[in-house]
Amino acid sequence: MEEETKYNKLKDIIKVYLPEDVSVDAIGLESNFISELNINSANLVDIVLDVEDEFDIMLENADMDKMQTVKDALGIIDAKLEAK
Amino acid sequence: MRRRVVITGMGVCAPNGIGLGAFAEAMADGKSGIRFQPELKELEFGCQIAAQPELTEELLARYFTPLQLRGLNATGIMYGVIAGSDAWKDAGLAIAEKEAPDWDSGVLFGSGTLGVAKFREAIHQIDARNVRRLGSTSVIQTMASGVSAYLGGILGCGNQVTTNSSACTTGTEGVLMGYERIAQGQAERILVGSCSDSGPYVWAGFDAMRILPRQYNERPEAASRPMSASAAGFVPGSGAGALLLESLESAQARGAHIYAEILGGAVNSGGQRGDGSMTAPNSEAVQRCILRAIGNSGIDSADIDAINGHLTATGKDALEIANWSAALGRSGTDFPYINSFKGHFGHCLSAAGSIECVAAVLQFEKETLFGNVNCEDVHPEISKIIDQRAIPQKSRAYTPSILAKASFGFGDVNACVIFKRYTD
Repeated sequence: MEEETKYNKLKDIIKVYLPEDVSVDAIGLESNFISELNINSANLVDIVLDVEDEFDIMLENADMDKMQTVKDALGIIDAKLEAK
Repeated sequence: MRRRVVITGMGVCAPNGIGLGAFAEAMADGKSGIRFQPELKELEFGCQIAAQPELTEELLARYFTPLQLRGLNATGIMYGVIAGSDAWKDAGLAIAEKEAPDWDSGVLFGSGTLGVAKFREAIHQIDARNVRRLGSTSVIQTMASGVSAYLGGILGCGNQVTTNSSACTTGTEGVLMGYERIAQGQAERILVGSCSDSGPYVWAGFDAMRILPRQYNERPEAASRPMSASAAGFVPGSGAGALLLESLESAQARGAHIYAEILGGAVNSGGQRGDGSMTAPNSEAVQRCILRAIGNSGIDSADIDAINGHLTATGKDALEIANWSAALGRSGTDFPYINSFKGHFGHCLSAAGSIECVAAVLQFEKETLFGNVNCEDVHPEISKIIDQRAIPQKSRAYTPSILAKASFGFGDVNACVIFKRYTD
């Protein structure tokens, strides 16, 4: 899968969880989910589930702890897809 | 010094009408919200009819964000948020700014059991060893206070945000709890109300108790027959009602429209002693509750000119009439008008009290006494006690001045509230 395709798929997942006053354009590679995109920390759980469904992978608790930014998430997705 | 408390907004999500306008029309016209439920037939229920609000995706999108709607499977929360948001808006109140809540406004929204369908989803996941797949909303949709939590956040309320639960008394009890808090000066406004989920997992237990009608599956609109000789059990229902209670000072300062004043009321329990049990009322407790409500309100029993009863359409209706008559010391032609709205929309369980309070208070506004549905054949035990003219068969132009509303519930619990038409 192309990196850009992965990024766009991830952005599509994230945008659902953005507060009303944060626009989709605010999502960048370095964006921190909680401190920059203002996503409710409880919703990170849902983002993980959506990522699992979209990429047909399974994340471990340790992966979730490491997932602070969009780039972290892409890295984890890459690693999981490679390990498949 | 107790403060006076008035109603300045109402909202409703009822089986026979969503929104005050549609609901008022349905009540005046005797429109039924009871329908055949294919799902109950499929599951081989004895009673295959029920009354539930007819929601659409368009309607939900007006009250919830797309994120809130993701995986939302708690009908009680949907009904409660619709009714509660409407009542808030109807009162002319604004949603709190992002930075700070409205410290003087609270939410007291009751439930019986909440998010049952969501809980079922979770149970299937858990049993399949898939706990991690539950997502983030399994707790907030199934906690009893979920409906208050949603409303408190949507509206930005900074006073008490809580949930009461007392079976079918819940909604009426909630009105009195909100009233007390405002009367004592602890809040200016409380959004009170209650909700009840829809669906087989809520209603099955009642079907198993054989207290639902089984012979009306082909004639759902005729099934709920309060005060009737042919009453065959209560029809299960669901929905939500909401009333914005406010101190009279606050309402006047805002120039708010006032629907009615709450004079007072009472709650008690029969303690499941005497003729009371888990599922049957102790008559002495019912009468004491009514009498104390009258006393607390500073009125005489002779002042009451209309009653909205609990009257579920079971064999207990005649006993309820006997209790009203004994408590008020009034019978025959001296008995006030009495109606039950369960003929229209069945028994909405934990939502019953609030939906019925909304309907009862609408009678002041519409200057109409809503007629009973399906009690052309008044039960002989009832007509022995009160004159049949006290039981309007059709809606009629009449403006009550003081109205008593009572609800009773499993656990032998009672609540009675006294509403007064508001005049400047």
